[in-house]
Amino acid sequence: MKKLSARRRHPLAAVVVLLLALAATGGLYAAFAPADKAQADDTAQSLAIDEGKKLYAVGCSSCHGTGGQGSSDGPSLVGVGAAAVDFQVGTGRMPLQQQGAQAPKKKVIYNQAQIDQLAAYISSLGAGPSVPTEKQYNPDGADIAKGGELFRTNCAQCHNFTGEGGALTHGKFAPSLEGVSPKHIYEAMQTGPQNMPSFPDTTMPEKEKKDIIAYLDAVNGEKTQSPGGLKLGGLGPVSEGLFGWIFGLGSLIAVAVWVAARTAKAKKS
Amino acid sequence: MSSQEIPEENLPSKQVTEPEHGSVAVADENPFADPGLPPHQHRIQDIDERAAKRSERAIAFMFMLSMLATVGFIAAFVTIPADKSVFIWPIGHISGLNFALGMTLGLALFCIGAGAVHWARTLMSDVEVADERHPIEAEPEVRAKVMADFKAGAEESQFGRRKLIRNTMFGALALVPLSGVVLLRDLGPLPEDKLRHTKWAKGKKLVNMNTHEPLRPSDVQVGSLTFAMPEGMSEHDHDFQTQIAKAALMIVRIQPENIKDKRELEWSHEGVVAYSKICTHVGCPISLYEQQTHHVLCPCHQSTFDLSDGARVIFGPAGHALPQLRIGVNEEGYLEALGDFEEPVGPAFFERG
Repeated sequence: MKKLSARRRHPLAAVVVLLLALAATGGLYAAFAPADKAQADDTAQSLAIDEGKKLYAVGCSSCHGTGGQGSSDGPSLVGVGAAAVDFQVGTGRMPLQQQGAQAPKKKVIYNQAQIDQLAAYISSLGAGPSVPTEKQYNPDGADIAKGGELFRTNCAQCHNFTGEGGALTHGKFAPSLEGVSPKHIYEAMQTGPQNMPSFPDTTMPEKEKKDIIAYLDAVNGEKTQSPGGLKLGGLGPVSEGLFGWIFGLGSLIAVAVWVAARTAKAKKS
Repeated sequence: MSSQEIPEENLPSKQVTEPEHGSVAVADENPFADPGLPPHQHRIQDIDERAAKRSERAIAFMFMLSMLATVGFIAAFVTIPADKSVFIWPIGHISGLNFALGMTLGLALFCIGAGAVHWARTLMSDVEVADERHPIEAEPEVRAKVMADFKAGAEESQFGRRKLIRNTMFGALALVPLSGVVLLRDLGPLPEDKLRHTKWAKGKKLVNMNTHEPLRPSDVQVGSLTFAMPEGMSEHDHDFQTQIAKAALMIVRIQPENIKDKRELEWSHEGVVAYSKICTHVGCPISLYEQQTHHVLCPCHQSTFDLSDGARVIFGPAGHALPQLRIGVNEEGYLEALGDFEEPVGPAFFERG
């Protein structure tokens, strides 16, 4: 102790104290910081961020700005989270082909590894919802009836009662949910892509999201039965009535005209 | 054709003067005489007995087919399981039972109709028959007798002489329909002030319709959409649908600096705003919320409301803005109503003012 105290006026003492303080702060931070923040220092993760940054600079920065801060052509991506990237890029909505009312679903141009790298970069810009795990969105064993109730309360107004989609204002629309993977449905509810409102876990817990996915799988999935056939878009009584009036009544009128136009006389005039 | 379009020399008044000039000899017979029916044309079945037999067989075949289809309908109903799915081109996978029942019943009905039409067209008599019209007016003496009888009856009843009876009878006849009018009152209780009030009241917590838990301001994120009902309501209440039809609430969060309406900002809590979910046009539930524009669209008639500007109507037939619920936070940190809606929710009514 005496030795230490003797050198306290040494020209390098300040530097040593500073280094010690820095090490202590860093050590304490590493020990107490939240686990996900600690993961950010992982080498694989920072590699993914670097790769994602490169992909971002090529494919996204012209609209969303070089640092994801947004521009007049695209919103800021700070804080949207990995789930938003995985949804937008994973369904082909991004990168945008052209500016318009709404980005439509199209061919996916990045592979899943690249999407993960982009997501890693974007989530490094600001905290946001992360990509859900299989356990979170897998609808096995979920309550389909409860999901139906939740779907009708929260989703059916735009997406139609069996998820067939519907129109909104000025060329915007709620897309059909047929063939959308459970992961993407989950991410859409979590992040609220484009004009869709989000349904965060605070107002719609994970279990309820699962119930909704199970309901959609039951009424609009691959194995959904359509006992009547010809569901005419599943839009409800309006399309069915219109079909009945135009084609049903139309064919009756056509038969009546055909019967009356042909004479039964022996001498055709 | 109106009279203006007839050339002047062809007008009837001009035509009768023509024979006086002696230039044109007018034929005696009426130029507009009824030409009568064209000669009757026979059908092949009227001439050829073998063709008639063929028709008979065709009609009988259709009726028989109808009978078979009905038997098939019953057989399908009995034998095909209700949940069996079959693939039928071009419809795809459908219920086999539905398909069989529809096809057989359709065939049975169609064959009866087709057989009847073929029968009427080929075998039933198609000779044209003219039925002459005659005046519907009664003979003058019959009419005179009816009028005389009526007058005698009126005289005998003393209807004209005893004015008291006549007037009281008119009174009785005029009043009796009132019973029917009064009975209309029983069509339902008067709404009284039910249209002006909802279940919301001061201090009632906003309960999330998904989780049935009271909401905290931090639960509601910018861009999210949440539906709420007043605390103390349950889906199992006998009048739940009646009450939620007025009390349904949608909750969104808008950055306070983006709220254009001063009253809206004042009635919100840290940007959390609560609006009635019932369209002010004809009362459809509306919640087609676009989170980037803060517009809410009604799916029934496309009324559009701007939630960032006092839910003002920006498009469509709705007459007034969506009513806003004034909210705050109670001491436990939950969102609560600071009163009922200030104005009636839903569509306008006559006494709304």
